[in-house]
This record gives sequence, C-alpha cells and structure tokens, in this order.
Amino acid sequence: MTNRLLEVNNLSVEFHTVQGRVHAVRDVSFHLDRGETLAILGESGSGKSVSASAIMNLIDTPPGYITEGSIKYDGQNLLDLPRDERRQINGRKIAMIFQDPLAHLNPVYKVGWQISEAMRVHGVPNAKADARALDLMHRVGIPDAEAKMNAYPHQFSGGQRQRIMIAMALGMKPDILIADEPTTALDVTVQAQILSLLEELQEETGMGLLLITHDLGVVAETADRVVVMNKGEIVETGTAASVYKDPQNDYTKRLIAAAPGKAPLKSVPDITPEDEPLLQVQHLSKRYGAVEALTDASFHVMPGEVVAVVGESGSGKSTLAKTLLRLQEPSGGTAMYKGRDLFSLTERELYDMRRDIQMVFQDPTQSLNPRMTIYQIISEAWAIHPEILPKDAWRARVSELLTKVGLLPEHAHRYPHQFSGGQRQRIAIARALALEPKMIVCDEAVSALDVSIQAQVIALLNDLRDTMNISFMFIAHDLPVVRDFADRVIVMQAGRIVETGDTETIFAHPVQTYTKALLAASLEPDPEVQALRRAERKTLLMDIQADPDAAR
Amino acid sequence: MPEIAEPRPLLVQIYRMLMADKFALCGVIFLIILAVSAIFGPIFLEDAATRPNLRGRNAPPLSMENGWVNFLGTDSVGRSMLARILVASRNTLQISFISVFVALSIGCALGLIAGYSTPRTSNLILRGADIIMSFPSLLLAVIVLYMLEPSIFNLVLVLAITRVPVYLRTTRAEVLEVRERMFVQAAVVMGASKRRIILRHILPMVIPTLITIATLDFAFVMLAESSLSFLGIGIQPPDITWGLMVAQGRPYLVQAWWLAFWPGLAIILTTMSLNLLSIWMRTALDPVQRWRLEIGRKTND
Repeated sequence: MTNRLLEVNNLSVEFHTVQGRVHAVRDVSFHLDRGETLAILGESGSGKSVSASAIMNLIDTPPGYITEGSIKYDGQNLLDLPRDERRQINGRKIAMIFQDPLAHLNPVYKVGWQISEAMRVHGVPNAKADARALDLMHRVGIPDAEAKMNAYPHQFSGGQRQRIMIAMALGMKPDILIADEPTTALDVTVQAQILSLLEELQEETGMGLLLITHDLGVVAETADRVVVMNKGEIVETGTAASVYKDPQNDYTKRLIAAAPGKAPLKSVPDITPEDEPLLQVQHLSKRYGAVEALTDASFHVMPGEVVAVVGESGSGKSTLAKTLLRLQEPSGGTAMYKGRDLFSLTERELYDMRRDIQMVFQDPTQSLNPRMTIYQIISEAWAIHPEILPKDAWRARVSELLTKVGLLPEHAHRYPHQFSGGQRQRIAIARALALEPKMIVCDEAVSALDVSIQAQVIALLNDLRDTMNISFMFIAHDLPVVRDFADRVIVMQAGRIVETGDTETIFAHPVQTYTKALLAASLEPDPEVQALRRAERKTLLMDIQADPDAAR
Repeated sequence: MPEIAEPRPLLVQIYRMLMADKFALCGVIFLIILAVSAIFGPIFLEDAATRPNLRGRNAPPLSMENGWVNFLGTDSVGRSMLARILVASRNTLQISFISVFVALSIGCALGLIAGYSTPRTSNLILRGADIIMSFPSLLLAVIVLYMLEPSIFNLVLVLAITRVPVYLRTTRAEVLEVRERMFVQAAVVMGASKRRIILRHILPMVIPTLITIATLDFAFVMLAESSLSFLGIGIQPPDITWGLMVAQGRPYLVQAWWLAFWPGLAIILTTMSLNLLSIWMRTALDPVQRWRLEIGRKTND
C-alpha cells in the first residue's frame, strides 16, 4: 500500500461565460500523501478553490467543465465514477470544511443533529451516529458538549462554528480533509487554536490535509509542502521552508516580498511634543442595552500620525470608529476636535466636521453605490459640500484624484463592479480624499484584499500621509500590517483599551498578557520563525492557563 | 492629463439596449400603437363605436363582409368591436395609468418616510396602511358611491387608495434593508442630507421592484375598474372601458364569444407588454446586469 492518497494530474477546468471561455485551472498536477499537509497558496482568482471543488465534484456544469486530466483517489479516477459512487466517496473518504461556517451550517437545525446527519446519510444507524457526534463535539473542544448538542448554529461563536464544521467533516473518519480558507474569517488567536486542532486531529487519524489559503502565515504554521498557484496555473511547488527561503518563480518572489511585517520596526515618529493633538478622546463609552461595547476609552491622535487600533472581534474597535464618526451616539465621554466636542455639535457643525474626518470601510464592494459611476461617486463629495469645488472643475479634479490613487481617469464612467477589489478600495480612498480631510478612519480597510494588493494600498496610504499630512486611525486585526504602517498602537479587549504605546514598544516589549497572546497568535510568513513562535505560544498558553484572570 | 470623456447620450443608450431585447421591443411597439390609438381613436371612431346597428347585431369576427370596421365582429346592438376597443382604450389607459401612478407615488413616498424616520412616524403610517388593507375595497367603493357623484376622478381615487398599501409595505421593507448598507453609511459620513440619502441612494435601489409590481397591478386595476363600474361608480354607459366590455360580454360567451374575448385580449396584451418592458427595465437600470443588453445578445439564454 502506498502512501499516496490523492493524485491530481493535468487537471484543466474551463468556465463558459458570456465573455468567452475562461480557463480557471490549467494543467494542474499535485499529490497528497497520508498524514501530510499540502497547502495550495494563491490570491483570489488563482484557481485554488476551483481545484478543490473539482475534487469534491462541486463545480456547477454548466458553466464549468473539466476539460482534461484525472483525479485519482486510491487508484481510481474520480472523474470516471458514476454519480452515486462519487457521492459515497464525498463525505465518507474526502471531507471538506469552508471559510464561512455560518453560511454552511443550516440555521434551522440543531448542531448535534447536523453532525450526526453527515454520518446518517452514509448509512450509520441513528443511535451510533448521535453517540459519535457527541464524541466529536468533545474532541473538537466544544465546552459542555452534551447541552450544546441541542443548540442552534447562531448560538456559537465563529471559532466554535468552525469546530462544529470540523466535527461534521470528521464524522466518517475521512482519509482526506480539504479545508478552504478555514480560518480567514476568524480572529488571530482563534485561528491559531483551529489550526492546532487540525494538526492534532491529523496526527491522531493520519488523514491527509489539503489546505487552501491566501495567507503565507497559515502555510508557515501548518504546511509540509506548498503549491503556489497564479492565474489557474501552478507556478511553484516544494516544501514550505524551501519555497519561502528560495523561491524560484517571479510571482512567488513577489508574493513573499509583499507579505507585511518584515520591514524594520519604525522608530518613534518625529512629532514635536508641543504640537496640539488633532483629536483628543476622553472617557468614551457606548452601551447597547445592558452590554457595554466600549468602556472609558481615552486616547489622542496627533496631526499626520497613524494610530492603529487592534483587537479581536467584539473588542469594541468598530464601535469606537462608528461612535467617533457619529454613526452611533455615544453613551458618555467627549472627543475634542479643533476645540469642539464632536458629540455636542449642532447639525450645521456636524456637517462641517464631516469634511475633516472621513472613513474608508472594510468591504469596498458594499461601500460604493453599485448604481453610481465612479465619477458620480467621487463627485458626490462636492455635491454635498459645494464650497470645496465649483462644478466646472469637478471633471479635472476627479481625473486628478483617480491618477493619485493609481487608476486611469478614462475609467471614470465605469461602475464599481467593473473593478477588482483592490481598485475598488482605491476608489473608496479617492472618495475620502475628495473632501480634503484631516483624518481618515480606516475600518479594516485592507483586510479583505489580497496580500500583494494590500501592500499597494498601504503604500498609497503611507504616501498620502507623507504628502498631505493626513492622520489615520487604522483599525485592524492583522498585526503584521499594523506593524508596517502604524506609528502608535492601541490594543483593545472587551471594550476597554488595555495597552497603548508606540509600535516599536508594543511589538518588541508588550506588557499586558493579552497583547502578548495576540502577538504570539499572529502568524509569520517564514516557516522557521513561525516554528519558534509556536513554541513561545505554547509556553504563553501555559502561563495563561496558570493565571486565567490576567488574560481574561 | 487625459480628459474624462462624455458618456454616450442617454437616448442612444436606451435605443441600443432596447434593440438587444426583442421581446421588450415588441412590447414597446405595441404600447406605442396603443398610445396613438388612445389619443386619436376617439376622434375618428367615436361614431362607429356608439351608433347602434340592429340589423348587424352580433356579427361574427374575422370576416370582411360588413366592412373593415367590423372585422372583429359587432356587439349585441351591432356596434363595431374594433372601434369600441380603440375608443375604450383611452378611458381604460387613463384610469389604470393614473391610479397605478398615484398609488405608486403615494405608497413609495410614505414607504420612504416610514422606512427612514422615527419608529413613531413609521408606526403611524403602517397602522394607516393596515386600516386600508383590512377594509374591503368594495365597501370603500360603496361608501364613496354614497358620498360622491360617480366620476372618473372618484374611480381613480378609490382604485389608488386601495393599492397604496402594497407599494408602501414593499418600499418600507426595501428601505429598511438598503439603509443598513455600507454605501448609505458612507454617504452619512460624507455629510449627505437625509433628503439626498433617500433620493440619491435609497430610491434608485427601490424603484425597479416597484415598477415590476406596478406592471402587474395594471391588469388588476383594469378588472377592478370594471367591477366598480358595474356597481355604478365611475364609468357609465355609453362611455366604455375594456373591463366594462368584458363584463358586458360575459352573458353572451356562448352565443358571441368575441364580445368578451377581444377586450380581454387587449388587457392581456397590454399587461404583457408592460411586463416585458419592466423585465427589460430591471436589467437596463442595473449597472451590474446592463452588459447583458449592451453586448447585443438575447437576455434570456
């Protein structure tokens, strides 16, 4: 018996679209051995998910067609098997988990029922399936599993839902687990837990893990070997360490170079202490009913300074941004801007203030009106604030702004959907710049973007800061990006600011346990560094377990 | 620096996109013919439509024996069906267009207010709509009949009021969803006024749905009009509408099917044309879908 579990040979997938045929995957070959973790690394549109879908028979035909190649599992070519046999293999021998567990769990069924259903469809008797479901809930680390069997998906946190998905996938003890971006939607600390859970389970069962990801850090943390894909083709294959240390292909080199968090740490910014802060927030708090989303937050932002706010979901960082921008009313506190409290402005003053403080949202697909052209989107700023620019100058200024953010002025009459994600975020930035703001609040502004695009957008923001002296409040959960871009960092946990300091201090000498845990959970793109990190994290975890109050 | 080009003129764009969807094109052509006949028909055919001819009663259709005017047959007192349908188109279209338009405007305006204002105002508007909805429209009609003179205006009033809640509730539901979207928040952050947010950002997202409902509503209104006319509100003979013609032709279905058939067909064709047009409009108004029409292929493949 060989160790080779899965062998994909010369796979090509085409999609028939109105624009003609699109080769989503071209001549792709890779293999997966027993007990091995293979990562398929690529950016959006690289064909990595389509390859996995082909293995699971999830490609919709039409419009997708597998035009060439074979997928061999256990010596059999899956593509030749009839549908019924194929279904027997799916779930039983090859299982899959997805990026967004909320979307892939049925909201109207109890999770215990859903886990055991995955076994019942393969003929396991009810009682046995239920018993195993409970075992699995324990195994994937759901606390109080007996009671939680009868809970519905929305009653779990994102990390727990992903654990439940894993439990579902493991029901039939599959030989192969395909994980499609399993941790992309999760917080860093949760991501680290899920990845180590996958690793443990793999050691126990000896299954092969096919991990699809865009994140070099995830590759460094888990993968034995890595396949790098670009535009539907494999550009490089090798062990994770060798590909990182000695990439051969240009695209791989660029991808590795674009990974954030490698630049030398910034030294303390040269802001003269006698400068007045641009924004001075004191004792800001926000309650939703009985829930305190934000408690007693105080900080300041200097002119031209980049202040990052980091923390996990639910830490209150988005509430902070929304409250400062008056998208929500605060429950208490003040925010002094130019000698005025932002929270006690009249309608008229608020309207004037909108010019100065702008926001760039996380998902540019949603923050740009799909029914407006780029020209309309950007020039709306001057329709709202006519004092900025007379109407006959709009056209020239729009093309100037588009050029500034690296887009072509000819594209002004296109609609948002005709641009890529990175380009859309540039449009959103151009819109913010149209008002000539003093400060821009970026709410996870780069987290939805591919790594190489992320680097470009950060470079653009850096340039704006230097040339226009704009301050940034940069809300992010991605620490390497923060490390590259921010001057000062505010760490938030459960609605409170737990630590503040300049970037160098926070990253090199964190004081709070929570900050340390956050840093330790963040993944490094370098496999060797990441191995050291992992060891550190384990010791830290033991510290936290010894003293749970400190980390809370 | 390269200049931003002027976008293509709107009329040229509409023409091109219409040519790409043959069904919608047929619908538009039919509606144009209908509009022309509604405007000019009564001027030329008033006489043929109203003068009885007892010798030519219930003449069967599809024969040229009685002259082209009677090609579609004659009714129970010998009036030309073709002439009557063309003459009736004016009243029918007038009533249904105006009542649907009034219902849509009022419903949409109130829906926007209900969706984007305080819960108090919103509740007030919604309970008002509930009252109208729980009130049988026939009862409302009878009340109007007792209080007011029968006239086209009163008919339109009754029809419009009973249809308002449909548009109101749809609009409000859509507004509640759209107002939470990120681009609306982005507009708030830019300092956009409420008026601007509602008119520029929310309304364009709601309109396509409303137009689709409106086209379906035409058929409903045309038939509702006939039952109200039957009760004595609104259109009284010798004035005619399609709905009234269908109602009058019903007792003769066995002997003279064409009395009810032709006006019925006119209602169906009008509604269908409007419906095809609304499907086209949904695509044409949506920049994400518009390419389907711009590349000049069929939309329904």
